[in-house]
Amino acid sequence: MGTLGAFLIAVGAISAIAAILAAALMIADATIGDYGEVKLSINGGERELAARGGQSLLSTLKEEGIFIPSACGGRGSCGLCKLKIESGAGEISPTESPWLDEAERAAGIRLSCQVKVKRDMVLRIPQELFSIRQYETRVLSIRDLTYDIKEVTLGLVDPPEMDIVAGKFVQFVAPAYGNSPDPVYRAYSIASSPSRKSEIQLEIRLVPEGICTTYVFTRLKAGDKVTINGPYGDFYLRDGERDIVFIAGGSGMAPIRSMLLDMAEKGIDRKATYFFGARAMRDLFLVDEMRELERRLPNFRFVPALSSPAPEDDWKGEKGIVTEVLDRHFDSLAGHEAYLCGSPGMIDASIKTLKGKGMPEDRIFYDKFA
Amino acid sequence: MTEFNAIGPLAVLFGAVFTNNILLTNYLGMCSFLSVSREVDSAAGLGAAVVFVMALANALNWPIHYYVLVPLGLEYLGFIVYIIVIAGTVQLVEMVVERVSERLYNALGIFLPLITVNCAVFGAVLFMFIRKYDFAASLAYGFGGGLGWALAILAMAGIRQKIAKAPLPKGLEGPGITLIAAGIMALAFMGFSGMIRSS
Repeated sequence: MGTLGAFLIAVGAISAIAAILAAALMIADATIGDYGEVKLSINGGERELAARGGQSLLSTLKEEGIFIPSACGGRGSCGLCKLKIESGAGEISPTESPWLDEAERAAGIRLSCQVKVKRDMVLRIPQELFSIRQYETRVLSIRDLTYDIKEVTLGLVDPPEMDIVAGKFVQFVAPAYGNSPDPVYRAYSIASSPSRKSEIQLEIRLVPEGICTTYVFTRLKAGDKVTINGPYGDFYLRDGERDIVFIAGGSGMAPIRSMLLDMAEKGIDRKATYFFGARAMRDLFLVDEMRELERRLPNFRFVPALSSPAPEDDWKGEKGIVTEVLDRHFDSLAGHEAYLCGSPGMIDASIKTLKGKGMPEDRIFYDKFA
Repeated sequence: MTEFNAIGPLAVLFGAVFTNNILLTNYLGMCSFLSVSREVDSAAGLGAAVVFVMALANALNWPIHYYVLVPLGLEYLGFIVYIIVIAGTVQLVEMVVERVSERLYNALGIFLPLITVNCAVFGAVLFMFIRKYDFAASLAYGFGGGLGWALAILAMAGIRQKIAKAPLPKGLEGPGITLIAAGIMALAFMGFSGMIRSS
């Protein structure tokens, strides 16, 4: 038997085995995987949808133009996409149960990304979510803020304007590319002022191996089309007169910057201190803009803190991790309120410090990266 | 034709559960063992899924190896073929389970995608060929290997539920203490190996 024969047998055998399995899966997908057309009745019959069953409720609703907030994009790791499902959801699955407490279970609250649409459903969707829309945008510019954070400015095309409250986030759709066969959705806070309705800025930090951030860092360029949806979130500046503590790290700068720009434009001159944690000088950004904001808001102070400044940084500012600096700055925070944005580790540590200084938990607002 | 090992299926089954536990003697299937052993309930679900998938993987790959790959002289393609077969069938089974019973799906089916490419499942397939088991022994090995893995993760989940309430040194929390407990468990399982002449 020649080499060619051996080669053909090898290729043929592997292909045959793979083809048999693929055929079996396709047949299964078309028969047992097909749940037919199902009806979704939303808010007591206000809206009726007919959709194909078989997908998660989150993506089924997305296809129908209803966007439920989700920071993790449907992986069941952020717990944001909760909805009240009155019937048709089936039993609570083990992937949902860590996110639901007793009261929520009793009320029929479910994680919509983990509920598969298999039969007719009756559900409730908060009215304000209907204002969340999909926007076609175009990249106006991309700017390096640090070696691993980029500022992406998107011009809204269709619809041409977005009503924003400072602190909200949008989902950025990275299309299928390279080794990523499906589009992925990732959440980024809006960093620009709410008064700029026709363009928004995002601060995107490179996550090693991250599908969306790698796309932004290696492929995205000015002029590209980008699809986003939003705005989402309940992280916004509460009305009142209390002194404010802002705490952020890395791209957690984004929503805080938006809040500060909003305060400056509206002339809200509450006493506010902004602690920004970074490792070294090369992780600091927008310092000039923060100093400018200090001039526009006489009661605002920007306090960058470096945990391990490089010798060449010649750093004269605050040293240590952000919670230590916070600890040194205040004796009591009983009368303050706090807004935090950053990694889960930083947020959890900050909450501990804030509570230790007497701040009640219901005055601590945060946006945790999922 | 291959000379099969003369060892009987019952001895293989016992060996796979206790003396040659694939998790505790070969340290295969560690990642899911560490990540899903926090609660007894989910550990039981994952354990049942492993029993099922291992038995199925061995039952399917044995005839494919001896009736397709060996006659064609394609043993060197084994790794690719076994993995394709495991992944394809498990996905099929998952779809069937989801359709047939929601309860079964929530208890077991949801773990199936987690273990399709688990090294313990693949390891069991490779061991049955290396050790030259006949079909009955291979089935027993797959089933027993799964049972052994399930036994180990159940025991670990029980231990971890107790550890969760114990005061631990900070540096040992999480994976650290779990690995130490797994090591002690492996030592305990070594005690079984005196009960049967080695296979």
